[in-house]
Amino acid sequence: MITKNSVEDVAVKLLYLAVTELPQDVKKALQQACREEESEAGKTQLKAILDNMELAEKTRTPMCQDTGVIIFYVKAGGQVKGLDKIEKALRNATVRATKEVPLRPNAVDPFTQKNTGDNTGRFIPFINWEIVPGDTLEITVMPKGGGSENVCALGMLSPGIGVNGLKKFVVDTVINAGAKPCPPNILGVAVGGGADIAMKLAKAALLRPLDQPNPDPNLAKLEKELYEAANSTGIGPMGLGGKFTVLGVKVDYAHRHPASYPVAVAVQCWAARRASARIYPDGKIEYLTHKVV
Amino acid sequence: MAIYKLKTPISEEKVRKLRVNDVIYVTGIMITARDAAHRRALEFHKEGKALPVNLQGLAVFHCGPIVKKDDDKWMVVAAGPTTSTRMDLFEDEFIKNFKVRVVIGKGGMGKKTTNAMKKYGAVYGAFTGGAAVLAAKAIKKVRSVEWYDLGMPEAMWVLEVEDFGPLTVAIDAHGNNLFEDVQKKVEEERLKIYQKLGA
Ligand code: SF4
Repeated sequence: MITKNSVEDVAVKLLYLAVTELPQDVKKALQQACREEESEAGKTQLKAILDNMELAEKTRTPMCQDTGVIIFYVKAGGQVKGLDKIEKALRNATVRATKEVPLRPNAVDPFTQKNTGDNTGRFIPFINWEIVPGDTLEITVMPKGGGSENVCALGMLSPGIGVNGLKKFVVDTVINAGAKPCPPNILGVAVGGGADIAMKLAKAALLRPLDQPNPDPNLAKLEKELYEAANSTGIGPMGLGGKFTVLGVKVDYAHRHPASYPVAVAVQCWAARRASARIYPDGKIEYLTHKVV
Repeated sequence: MAIYKLKTPISEEKVRKLRVNDVIYVTGIMITARDAAHRRALEFHKEGKALPVNLQGLAVFHCGPIVKKDDDKWMVVAAGPTTSTRMDLFEDEFIKNFKVRVVIGKGGMGKKTTNAMKKYGAVYGAFTGGAAVLAAKAIKKVRSVEWYDLGMPEAMWVLEVEDFGPLTVAIDAHGNNLFEDVQKKVEEERLKIYQKLGA
């Protein structure tokens, strides 16, 4: 049975896994970048990222001091019972993980500037819900760092310019960001829907593993084109110059209003933290992004 | 590119040997300072008051560490670099007055700081953004904490470090600035990229 307690325990574990160990696809992409980087300064930085990553895993400490704002993605089977208890469980898990891992408290009231101290607050942790057929519960956590969040961008472009405008907007966003989001980055790019929908899709696109190209061949081609464009800026690891400014680009879209062409770019840093698990009706737990022994 | 291991106090002569793209590791005493500690240090100087620590030849790290107290002993848990451009306001005076030789942070610094580094002999070492565990590992001991009234991240932490790095020399004492060079090249690429995309 899927219980509130099991959800809470799984979520604490996911938070811990996410901040201490990168998913396989990100690890592999960083290793490959380190092998192929030609700039000396860029290579030094990538090597340091890998050393830091290994050390974090070994010592079970957060890989970056900024453990982010906590965002959950929940895919709930329509037949799962007790869905009304899940939000509470995820909030409890966040409070617990903040103490147990520990995470840096990152939930600040925007008016009083007061930090709640436990990573919870109004709408935080944020939960993205999706109801799907079935009887399993899939939980993903994405602790999102501030440095990369600060360079995310939304453009309400002119529909007349179309996809060329999108491409230019992505390149401009990468160049404006420069060294700030701790490159190499991952870009989530989404077009259409509306301002909020585009950004939501862009961020969710970051959840798709780097080694999984877009199932739509046209979008896969666009992803590759944007990847090459971003990397030909030469910004490189930590902005010190080099081939690897991004590790990947993930594109998604929604249909749009005839008069609107919203383009959102969600920027993720090398510390591209995410962790997922699926809970089955019999209580079995399957971790999807990390090996758990 | 060369790799250097530097021990504090670092002499001006040693620092002038370094060139952009070199990699350095620092052993000895390093202090942390963000905006508030920079501002206070300069106020002290203006009023003719001595700083709690003599900074000559030391390294200053732009960092707001997470430090925990275990049985009366401070321990650095995480110590990643913060964005250095905020300290551009103070760094030229800081280098001039206190003769720090290595400034450590992420993202690089501007013209004013680059000029001061050239004039008084100092370098900027870029530490990998977010690499908090690597940083904490090289910090062997907290020697003292000064100006704790500024808050944990803003206080001046006096740290004993061993092979703190790798730091990429991104601004040297000869007026070279790697970040500026990269930015210039990026601007040159911009139009070419637009063209290639048909944008
Ligand atoms: S941008 Fe990412 S890696 Fe850099 S400090 Fe922020 S969370 Fe850490």
